Parts: sequence; C-alpha cells; structure tokens
Amino acid sequence: MAKHLSVGRIVLYAALVLMAAYYLLPLYVMLSTSVKTLDDIRAGNLISLPHAITLDAWSKAWSSACTGVQCEGMKGFFWNSVKMAVPSVLLSTLIGAINGYVVSMWRFKGSDALFTMVLVGCFIPFQVVLLPMATLLGQLGIANTTTGLVVVHVVYGLAFTTLFFRNFYVTIPDELVKAARIDGAGFWTIFFRILMPISGPIFMVCVIWQFTQIWNDFLFGVVFAAGESQPITVALNNLVNTSTGVKEYNVDMAAAIIAALPTLFVYMVAGRYFVRGLTAGAVKG
Amino acid sequence: MKLKQLSAALLATAILPATVFAGEVEVLHWWTSGGEAKSVAELKKMMNAKGDTWKDFAVAGGGGDNAMTALKTRVVSGNPPTAAQIKGPAIQEWGAEGVLANIDAVAKAEGWDKQLPPVVSQVMKYKGQYVAAPVNVHRVNWLWVNPDALKKAGAKVPTTWPEFFETADKLQKAGIQPIAHGGQPWQDATLFESVALGVGGADYYKKAFVKLDQATLAGPTTVKVFETLQKVKGYIDKGAAGRDWNLATAMVINGKAGMQFMGDWAKGEFTAAGKKPGKDFLCVAAPGTANSFTFNIDSLAMFKQKNPAAQKAQSDLAETVMSKDFQEVFNLNKGSIPARLDTPMDKFDDCAKKSKADLTTANKNGGLVPSFAHKMAMPSATEGAMVDVISQFMNSSMTPKTAAERLAKAGKVH
Amino acid sequence: MSSPNKASSWSALADRWLPKLVLSPSLAASLLFVYGFIAWTAWLSLTESRLLPDMTLSGLVQYRELFDNDRWWTAVANLGIFGGLFIFCALAVGLLLAVLLDQKIRAEGALRTIYLYPMALSFIVTGTAWKWMLNPDLGLQKLVNDWGFPNFTFDWLVDPDKAIYTVAIAGVWQSSGFVMALFLAGLRGIDDSIIKAAQVDGASLPVIYWRIIIPSLRPVFFSVLLILSHIAIKSFDLVMALTGGGPGTSSDVPAIFMYQFAFTRGQLGLGAASAMMMLMTIVAVLVPLMYMETRSAKRG
Repeated sequence: MAKHLSVGRIVLYAALVLMAAYYLLPLYVMLSTSVKTLDDIRAGNLISLPHAITLDAWSKAWSSACTGVQCEGMKGFFWNSVKMAVPSVLLSTLIGAINGYVVSMWRFKGSDALFTMVLVGCFIPFQVVLLPMATLLGQLGIANTTTGLVVVHVVYGLAFTTLFFRNFYVTIPDELVKAARIDGAGFWTIFFRILMPISGPIFMVCVIWQFTQIWNDFLFGVVFAAGESQPITVALNNLVNTSTGVKEYNVDMAAAIIAALPTLFVYMVAGRYFVRGLTAGAVKG
Repeated sequence: MKLKQLSAALLATAILPATVFAGEVEVLHWWTSGGEAKSVAELKKMMNAKGDTWKDFAVAGGGGDNAMTALKTRVVSGNPPTAAQIKGPAIQEWGAEGVLANIDAVAKAEGWDKQLPPVVSQVMKYKGQYVAAPVNVHRVNWLWVNPDALKKAGAKVPTTWPEFFETADKLQKAGIQPIAHGGQPWQDATLFESVALGVGGADYYKKAFVKLDQATLAGPTTVKVFETLQKVKGYIDKGAAGRDWNLATAMVINGKAGMQFMGDWAKGEFTAAGKKPGKDFLCVAAPGTANSFTFNIDSLAMFKQKNPAAQKAQSDLAETVMSKDFQEVFNLNKGSIPARLDTPMDKFDDCAKKSKADLTTANKNGGLVPSFAHKMAMPSATEGAMVDVISQFMNSSMTPKTAAERLAKAGKVH
Repeated sequence: MSSPNKASSWSALADRWLPKLVLSPSLAASLLFVYGFIAWTAWLSLTESRLLPDMTLSGLVQYRELFDNDRWWTAVANLGIFGGLFIFCALAVGLLLAVLLDQKIRAEGALRTIYLYPMALSFIVTGTAWKWMLNPDLGLQKLVNDWGFPNFTFDWLVDPDKAIYTVAIAGVWQSSGFVMALFLAGLRGIDDSIIKAAQVDGASLPVIYWRIIIPSLRPVFFSVLLILSHIAIKSFDLVMALTGGGPGTSSDVPAIFMYQFAFTRGQLGLGAASAMMMLMTIVAVLVPLMYMETRSAKRG
C-alpha cells in the first residue's frame, strides 16, 4: 500500500501531527515538571525543558508525600480505589447489559418512555444528590462504607451503561432472536447463549467508560467513602490542593500522573478495542 | 488502664452498636501540606499516648470548601466526625443546628478562660459554652518585603499608604513589579481588608465588617478604601488573575516583585526557599496597621457523640489541643502563633515573636480585629457576597462609589 | 404485546413478565435516586434552609433572591457561551480528526491513542497544567515572546471578558478525542460500496464526505450531542481547576454557583433553587430531543 506523497498527504499528516501536539502539550508540561527540582520551577520556566532530571518527586509522591496525618504517599490509596471501582464497574455494566437487552429486544408498551426516563438520570448534576443520598445511606446503615459508595456509583452509572448496550443490541438482526424463540429459547437463554457471546466489543466500551468515570470520580469519593478507605482522587486532592503550606509542584504532577496511570494504561492497551467496540454498533442510535 | 478501656468498649458496644469504636477520634481537617501534616501528626501521637486511636479524615481544597461538603453529608447521614476544622462565626452556625458538643467540663478544669484572650474565647463558645478548641492564631495584615529589591530601587519600607505608593513608584521605575498578588477571590479579599484596616482604622473596620453597619459600609470611608484599592490595583501585573498565592510569594522571593500582602503562612514559602527573616525578607505590618492585628484562628469544633467512650476521647482531644506542648509544636511548623497566651515563645522566629507582641498590644488598645477574608467576622453567606463584590471590583472598571453601594447591599445578605 | 408467537408453553408466559421484572429494579432506582431526589431538591428550594436541610415551606423567596443575583445571571450566560462553543468545537474537531484518521493513515493507532488519552485523565490532574500554559506570564504567551515575537499576546485566562473561552479550549481538548472515536467508529461502519459507487460517478472526496458520509452519521451526531451536552451542563471540575470561576466571578457556571451557595455559604435553599433552574433547563431542552430520537430509532 505504498502511497505516493502528494501535497494533500503532506498537509494531512501535518494537520494530524499539529493536532497531536495540542493534545500532548499538557502531558508534556506535567511530565517535565515532575522531573524538575523545585528551584528549577521557581525560576519561572514552566514550559521549558528541565535543567536536570531528577526522580525525587516521583518517589516522594509514591511513598512519602503527606495526604493527611500519614505521609506515606499515594501507594496505599491504589487498593482503596480498586476495591471500589471493580465491583462498581462490573455491577453497573452487567445491569446495563440486561436493561439494554430488555429495552431493545423485549419492547413492551411504554418501554421507550421508560428508557428515556432512565436516560434522564445521566443529566442530573451530582452536586444535587449529595445530601438526600447521605440521608438515605445513613438510614440504610451504609453511610461511609465502601458498599455505600459502590451503590452510588452503580445507580448513577446505569443510565450510560443501559444506553450503550441498548444501542448495540438494536443493531442485531431481529431474525436471530425470533428464530431462537421459535426454537423455544426463553428470556435468559437468549441473553446468555446468543447475545452474551457476541457482546464482547460493547463490554469493552462500557467497562472502559465506567472505569474511567469511577476511577476519576472525586465528589462521591470524598463524601461517601469511609475515612480510612478514601479513593486515590481524594488523596491526590489532599496532596495537590493544600491551603497554606508550601506547594511542591513537581510532587503534585508526579502524583497526578501516578493517580492517572490505571486509566491511561486502560486507554493505551484497550483503546483499539474501544473504537472497535463502538464500531460494532454502540453509536448506531 | 487497658482493662478499663476494654470494659468501657464492651459497655459501649453493648449499649449502642455504633460504628464509632471506643476511644477513637475522627478528625476532619484540611492540614495536608508537609509542614501542616507533621503538626497534626504530633496531635495524633499525643492522643495515642493517652490511649486513644486517631482516625484521620483529611479533605483538602478550596480553603475547606470540599471539607465542608463532606462534613455536611456526614452530619445529615447521622455519622458526624468527632471534631472538624471549623472557624469563626461558622461555629455559631453549626451550634445553632444543635449538633455541637459542650466541652465546658474540660475548659473549666483546664482554665481556658484564663489562657485565651477574650476575643478568641468568644469565638469558641456557643451560648456561653465552649464547643470548640483553638489551635493557632494567624496574623493576616502582614506585608512581605524583599529588602534587596527595595534597595535596588532606592525605596524604603513603607509604614503609611502615601509612603507605600512612593515605594511602589520607585520599584516600578526600577523595573520591578511593585506588588505580587494572586487574583483569586480570597486573596483579593485579603488585600482589601488590609487596605480597609490601614485606611479606615480599627474602629471603622469593626463597625463595617463585624457589626455590618449599613451607613458605615456605604459611607465615605468605604469609598476611600476602594479608591486606595484601585490605586493599589495599578501596581499589580495583569497575569495575577487566578495565580496561587505561593507563586506570588515566589515572585517576592526571587526579586521579580517587591512586596506582597499575605498572612503569616507566607513565611513557610520563604523559609522553604532557604531565606532568613530580617535578612532576605522582611515581615512588616501592612501600611497604617502597625497597631492593629487581623486574626485568623483555626479551631476544632466538637460534634455530639452518642458513644460514651467516644465522648471521653473527645474530651482528651480538646485537652490535648490546648496543651502548651501541642500549641508550641503545631505553630512552629505552621508559621502562626499559639492561641494559648502562656505558651513559651523562645523557640519561635522573629516574625512570630513580633506577631505575638503585636497581638498583646492590639488586644489592649482595641486593635484586635477578626479577618473577614478568612471567615472570621461574619456569617458565610454575607462573607461570600462581600467577597464577590470585592473580586468583581478588582476585575472590572467598577467605580469606588458603586463598589461601596454594592458592598453595603452584600452586608444585608445573611 | 410484541411477542411474535403465542405458544402455549409456560415459558412464553414467563417471557411476558420477565422483561418487566428484570427492568424494574433499575426503574425503581431511577425513580428514587433521580426523580425522588429531584423532588426533594424542589421541596428544599421552597424553604429557608441554611446550613442543613430544614423542611419548613416558605414560598418562592429563594427564587426571588436567585433572580436578583447578578452572579447567577453571569453563570447562566457563561453556560450558554461555554456550552455552545464547547459542543460545536468538540463536534467539529472530533469529526475532522475522525475524517483525517480515516484516510488510511500510518501510525493510526498511536495518533488515536494520543487524541483519546485526555479522556482518561481527571481535571484535578490536568487543570494545573492548563492553568500554567494559558497564563500569560508563565505559559504560551511567554514562550512565543521569548522566541522573538514580543507582540504576541494570549491572555484570555486573565481577561474577565474572555476567561470563559479558555474553559472551552481545555474542555475541547479533553472531550474531542472521545468524539473522534465515536465518529471514527461510525465511519468504519459505513458500507464501502456506497462510496465506491459515488467515486465511479465521478464525485470528489470532499463531496462524498459532505453529501453522503456525514449525513449517514446522523445517529452518531445524536450520541455525541447527548454526551457533550451532558458534559457541558455538569462541567464543574473543569471550571474549578482552570479559573475557579474567575477572574472575579466572570467565568462562573451554574454548577459552581450551586455548589458554593449550597455547601460553603450556608445558603442551601438558594443552592437548591439554582439546582432546580438547571434541571428545568435540562428537561426543557433534552427530553423532547431524546424522546424523538428513541422513537425514530426504531428498527426498519
């Protein structure tokens, strides 16, 4: 497929590279700051290259920066986030899959309206739900527990996961399900035997999306997590948003990148499945 | 001792199966930067020595905005922390909601009334009873000066506003940014209140920002304050908008700027950069405020606990916070001075000693005023409305007269 | 019902109520956690709640106070400017990138990852970096000035009239990659034979895209609009990290207004009133759109 380099192709590549620079600039600023010394930063050159590269900020962010009374860096908070994110992602994805299956394959009178109703849920500003949610969780006895936090994430993730799966299942030919039903296959059989095996791509999309949202969430984490099991974003916030202390920007940036590593990793490794999964039908409304 | 605790714990769990365990304190705070965290860690150590466990609940950001959100949800879910970093009139607001615990027993036994200046102890009480313990006193009306920059410009350290503008002019001529400032609402308000105190004096300040007297707020002195502020604005660079306070401090440290209006926490930035007070940088009172002292007190408000063991731990916490040892260690790290008057000052640096001396004088001559930019003087709604006006003034071409009118209108919000 | 065959087996009966049963927990959750909480907020907006909720009704005081508040109107206007610009630009940039990437590019995978990664980062992380880059004394302006163009200015971040535009720039940076992925997926799903047929007819590439391909992406546009408007209305971290609503209150948005009044200023009632205004706007604009789309998307 050797293409000759026409003017058009050169312009095309130039445009793509230029755009890539725009996207990479903030990452560059973060990375270069994280390997600078504080004096280098104080000199006022934020975009400039570091004079000397040092990894001190990284090791401090990982194991000795203060996030509260304890000064043990970010490492302890990773596990907290994992414990919260994994069940939330799996549950919301699974429930979304079943919901999507119902509203696309088993339509009944009013199912469209109900779907729209659930969809509105993704537009509610999260700041609005904090206080009533806290009251409710308190009454259920799961306020400030990981369980409570998982419930919150699942509830507010449902709208999107349902949307993803519904849009995917809508593209599946009717005949497939009809034939199965004539053969006597029931509701669950069709779901587990016929649809699940072909739902791989959309599962990828959904898991990536939910994982990013939940891992990066700060507001629910700070409010609903138990004190000792705060997620990593709260630790990052505590490290970065200090009020009246000395600001160590290099440590801040290193910590920020550390907190973002899992999501970055997911996007780098699974990014191709993301587009592939979307191609498989998620965007065919 | 251990047996006693254990039986208390058993008793507590038998009576009330609450999630709070015996002898445990959970403290909500936003002291998360290196120096601050070390100071709070001292408190944790002291609590552990008393046999209580410390459950940390740190939420930083926006001067406690995020922490307040977390606190509110905790309280409505019926699960409040033992203590939370709340200050000023907010203590009264929380008291009015009926959720604060009375710690008078500890205060009486320890004699807090004698150890604290009345202005401070007033803040800690709701309806005459102690509900909070102070940890420190920050002075807000400081002017931080780079003496080398001033020398280069042939200017002297200003003590009055006319002198200040003279110095600023000289600095500008010498190509040095006269004032380092960060255009965030709270910094604008910090600058404003120093100007107000310097131009109007302590009596005006109290009338306007503590009593919220409408005539004073809309009066000619306020207009004059805004006029001065407008002039000050002319010496601030355009890039100030949104700048963090410590980046502004860095401008003074490296001589790009001559002066900065900021509270005593700025000292930490200077010392972290290896600068010595009195030699590499100067801490002087903001122009015209040498006899006054704008205070900003951090305190821990105590929340009602159901569990008797938790109540006992809460008393331990209150007692420890007010101990001389803690007050000394905490403030050495934080740049502020101890709230407790009889804490020895010999380990503190010159800026802190000066702060302490000025606090004592100001306390005598009536120049001790609460900082409203740091939520010490008025209800949070009023404070928010006033800060809105001030930061709009700083970022638009609003005239001083309009600003004064709007400030008076903001004074009615509550 | 839609059941195609009414075979008299018991499973057919189960199939009739199972879907509804399976959907009901989510519906209940939505009713309680979305609609119930909206009702709760509506009630709260009619009270004089201050620090904590107080359920005594007091009429429309909070709404009157809200409409009398300059800052609220600034926030509303900003949401209009930001929302419009952000949605349009993210859409345009995303579509452009997708079309460019669809030209059988070398290193497509790497480029795609570069465009997509901002979505993986939270704004607590990238806000500071953006703040620095857009600051005239520290970032791009200084850099270009140092390169020997002393007259170059780029100081929108600190200009009260333009600060909201910088929020849009950073927002587009974060979201356009995701939009690109959606469009790219849409493009990959298009049948090649249509394009080939058009090429045989002698249509040029831009014409093919403009006339045939982009119109066929209509469902993608809907998904994109839905996601982008959701991000725009809820934008909070973005503005908070970049400008904090400043300079002054010039780049305030409703989400920040609501958060500050409800949680830090002890004016919970007023905060609830502003939340209700936000919700009403959302409902007025989006629900008809969504309902239309779900109906028209019926197969066939």
